[in-house]
Amino acid sequence: MTTNYIGQPISRVDGRAKVTGQAKYAGEYNVPNLAYGVVVSSAIAKGRIAEIDASAALGLKGVLQVFTHKNAPPTAKSDQSYWDEVAVPGSPFRPFKDDKLLFSGQPIALVVAESFELARYAASLVQVEYEPEAHATDLNQQRDKAYKPKPREGVAPPPPPRGNPDKAFANSAVQIDAEYSVPAEHHNPMEPFATTVIWEADGRLTVYDKTQGTPNSHQYVCNVFGLSPDDVHLLSPYVGGGFGSGLRPKYQLFLAVMAARGLKRSVRVTLTRQQMFTIGHRPRTLQRVALGAAKDGKLEALIHEALAETSQFEEYSEPVVQWSGELYKCENVKLDHALANLDINTPVDMRAPGATWGLYALESAMDELAYKLNMDPLELRLKNYAEKDFSNNKPFSSKELKECFRQGAERFGWSKRTPEPRSMRDGGKLVGWGLATGIWETTQLPAGAKAVLTAEGKLTVGSATADIGTGTYTIMTQIAAESLGLPIEDVTFTLGDSTLPRAPVEGGSFTAASVGSAVKQVCDKIREKLVTVAKAMPKSPLANAKSEEIAFADGRMMLTSGPSRYVSIKEVMRHGGLSSIAETADSTPDFEKQSKYSIHPHSAIFAEVKVDEDLGTIDVLRVVSAIAGGRILNPKTARSQIMGGIVWGIGMALEEESVIDQKFGRFMNHNLAEYHVPVNADVQNIDVIFVEEHDSIVNPLGIKGLGEIGIVGTGAAIGNAIFHATGVRVRDLPITLDKVFAGAAAARPVKLAPAA
Amino acid sequence: MNNFSYTRATDITSAVNEASREATAKFIAGGTNLIDLMKENVARPTRLIDINRVPLNRIEETKDGGLRLGALVTNADTAYNDQVEKRYPLLSRAILSGASAQLRNMATDGGNLLQRTRCYYFYDVATPCNKREPGTGCSAIEGFNRMHAVLGTSDQCIAVHPSDMCVALAALEAVVRVTGKNGDRAIPFSDFHRLPGDTPQIDTNLEADEIITSIDLPPKGFADHHAYLKVRDRHSYAFALVSVAAALEMDGNKIKGTRLALGGVAHKPWRSKEAEELLNGKAANSDNFQAVAETVMHGAKGFGHNTFKIDLAKRAIVRALKHAAQMEAPR
Repeated sequence: MTTNYIGQPISRVDGRAKVTGQAKYAGEYNVPNLAYGVVVSSAIAKGRIAEIDASAALGLKGVLQVFTHKNAPPTAKSDQSYWDEVAVPGSPFRPFKDDKLLFSGQPIALVVAESFELARYAASLVQVEYEPEAHATDLNQQRDKAYKPKPREGVAPPPPPRGNPDKAFANSAVQIDAEYSVPAEHHNPMEPFATTVIWEADGRLTVYDKTQGTPNSHQYVCNVFGLSPDDVHLLSPYVGGGFGSGLRPKYQLFLAVMAARGLKRSVRVTLTRQQMFTIGHRPRTLQRVALGAAKDGKLEALIHEALAETSQFEEYSEPVVQWSGELYKCENVKLDHALANLDINTPVDMRAPGATWGLYALESAMDELAYKLNMDPLELRLKNYAEKDFSNNKPFSSKELKECFRQGAERFGWSKRTPEPRSMRDGGKLVGWGLATGIWETTQLPAGAKAVLTAEGKLTVGSATADIGTGTYTIMTQIAAESLGLPIEDVTFTLGDSTLPRAPVEGGSFTAASVGSAVKQVCDKIREKLVTVAKAMPKSPLANAKSEEIAFADGRMMLTSGPSRYVSIKEVMRHGGLSSIAETADSTPDFEKQSKYSIHPHSAIFAEVKVDEDLGTIDVLRVVSAIAGGRILNPKTARSQIMGGIVWGIGMALEEESVIDQKFGRFMNHNLAEYHVPVNADVQNIDVIFVEEHDSIVNPLGIKGLGEIGIVGTGAAIGNAIFHATGVRVRDLPITLDKVFAGAAAARPVKLAPAA
Repeated sequence: MNNFSYTRATDITSAVNEASREATAKFIAGGTNLIDLMKENVARPTRLIDINRVPLNRIEETKDGGLRLGALVTNADTAYNDQVEKRYPLLSRAILSGASAQLRNMATDGGNLLQRTRCYYFYDVATPCNKREPGTGCSAIEGFNRMHAVLGTSDQCIAVHPSDMCVALAALEAVVRVTGKNGDRAIPFSDFHRLPGDTPQIDTNLEADEIITSIDLPPKGFADHHAYLKVRDRHSYAFALVSVAAALEMDGNKIKGTRLALGGVAHKPWRSKEAEELLNGKAANSDNFQAVAETVMHGAKGFGHNTFKIDLAKRAIVRALKHAAQMEAPR
């Protein structure tokens, strides 16, 4: 049937709008009389603002106002009003609250003018006198200040130890005990954060905000500014990348609304690329992994401890070590996660928060253990394969990881690998093959949707979710079209609008499962209405059919047993005298059913690198990633998701690092020329395999979510391949060329390669 | 970015006259660096004189058999010019290893010479920088200096010149032709850029009222034996950690003449005549190249994050010389 869209590689329904420039982003809405705000950022990390002199800026014709902590219009007093859906324990950052400086780059003034250029120039004239205090921005220097964080909603603290890990480790025949260091990273979506606030004639606000959740930003604005929900309409129909950076409201939203209300006119605030390095980041994290094994490779002890940075005002924690207790079978496990407060902004969830770092360390350590055991790294993983989640003592709802290993290894040609480091060459270069495992979370959250079917058979479905480039528009359209058997052109999905039924922020890989279930449910409600009407039609072929015996396809309703007898949906609408059918639905996960299982997507990643050992330069020649991610709604957008994750994994392994100058407590490489992410030339062959996986527990559609699993483990696979190529183990990301050739020099006699 | 006035010059004389009337005026051609600097408040010109219509956009033969690159020829047009590709492939390769296709389409040859360092601190007005604001101090010396210089540094500045093109031009011994209030001058390439010394705010020996009109390539192009090796943190759109332009004149396996210039290690493309002369009459082999590398890097000083460059540069020099001598294929 032609209206079976689920599982089909449908091109993005919003693709044309995006490539033709029709898709408008938050900073692109132009209205008459728009004013422009430019943020002045703190030059120091800690202390107070002694004086702000804005007179030169205010003296320029066309400058409307310079807002600072001294003249900011009053906003809500209590911390609770600033808590958002993704807030972490602590006091949320409140722009312009007082003269205290909490991190370098903190917004300290907003210059608003008649033109962007004028506001930008005026911002450069604002003179700030600081009273600096000594700051601490180096996690490594704060190890003695580590503490156990308060639990964060949705993030379980590490489980208590199992067995006797320290003793088991001490008694193990083969041991690995290593520390891994990973740097701060910034999300850097292409679209900078921006908010356009339109001051409507009646004083209500229409707000275009870059966000991963319009309900979250909407609620924040209402709470902070004491507005009723109807006074604010918040929209975010297109988002130019998020990766987690837009989960929590960003300070430009506060500033734009504050200025619009203060000036009673429309205001836009757009952050600069440099300011994109001041809005939170993936935290620098130090990890110890100690693995003890018997000579046959059986894991006897697993210890994974992490220390991560957070700000002075919020306890941001991510579950770095959690999966180490779930991925392998081991009876003696100790997991620990600690924080240290630094004079930085609060870290923010970034694609696969916790797992990206945790699995890098665990899977690097597993590789180290394999070499120490003289065992194939794949065999070591199969030897310790967990058939159930030992950490939570639950069965997996489904786990096709073995099949990922099998198919991935076959596609990659893993059996042709020679085990010794430095044993594979191509021309004058060293070649290395490495692998790693990935695991992530599957979550379904409550979500709402509404749908309207017209007499002409056109369907519009909406939910206040987001599409941050993930393909939400497309897959929801597919689900809706297939549910009602309508041609996909007749179905429109709307999102990113605070007036639509509430949905969670788009994150955690849970949108497909959560919103997809709501879309399915609301379409099923329309289905039932149509069935009732259709059955009552004279000579209805469906008269005696039960609901489940009726299929919807090609714009028709028919018996599953005899599709030649049908009625068209338009006929049914006409017969029922219906100009439209409108429904809403709230989808709630079956928590009771789900809670009995451990639910995860898994992956096996294989990487090949080529290393020039004199110069340390690295080419990632290919990556094969085999994914067990439940039902694949759209292989095209799914592949893009995984591919993006793999590219990011390459960047994480080799390039990405937000470098802080400890003297200034400030990220210094704050632009895209010096903050390196992979360019086209860094990315060669990427092969994504979706392993078939059926899961009847997760949700009715069998979806596990694919937004994050692609990055998890990829960095470790590349690091492991570099070790195989060179014999150099770099435990400090990113693996830049100097670390490789310096290690290579230490690992062999100091001489240059002989002439060819 | 400050307010500025904008005017357009259509000939050299009016461009020079206009510039000499206003000390804080700047010429703008491709704008690929200047606009960034203005957005960051690092450059604050009161006037931009657009010289894109000044007729300096041709590549033509010189009387002595060399090639003249008009100052306003784009980097892309230079790299893909038939004569450049055939006779000066070293230059072509150097240009194409820099920036991105989009930037090379806009950036001009004269502008390439005048681009400023990409030192993190130079670009961030929240931090002290002697190059940006003389006397405030150098933040890089004890700060984050991965991209910084190891040769020819001063206690005032350890910035590097970021160009790839200029490294090849130094090796080719190009001549920079300029004109100004006091007439025309020809500046040998090695004298064009400066070391930082006590005046790191001054990058070049170009006078304030002078404008580059062309870059002249001498007849000798080293098309048979050359290499441009750029070592960087990713495969494209990254400045050199170390780059090497190597050009050899050879008679069999014997070396008759050597040109060697390094990028990413100093405030200007770095040459060592002493090291180049070591190879005169010598055979092309690893030991001889290693000796050159040691001599070039003699006296190099690292500052922590960039200390690896000293060893890396030696390895890159040997590799580039081998490529130039065709002892091994570039890979």
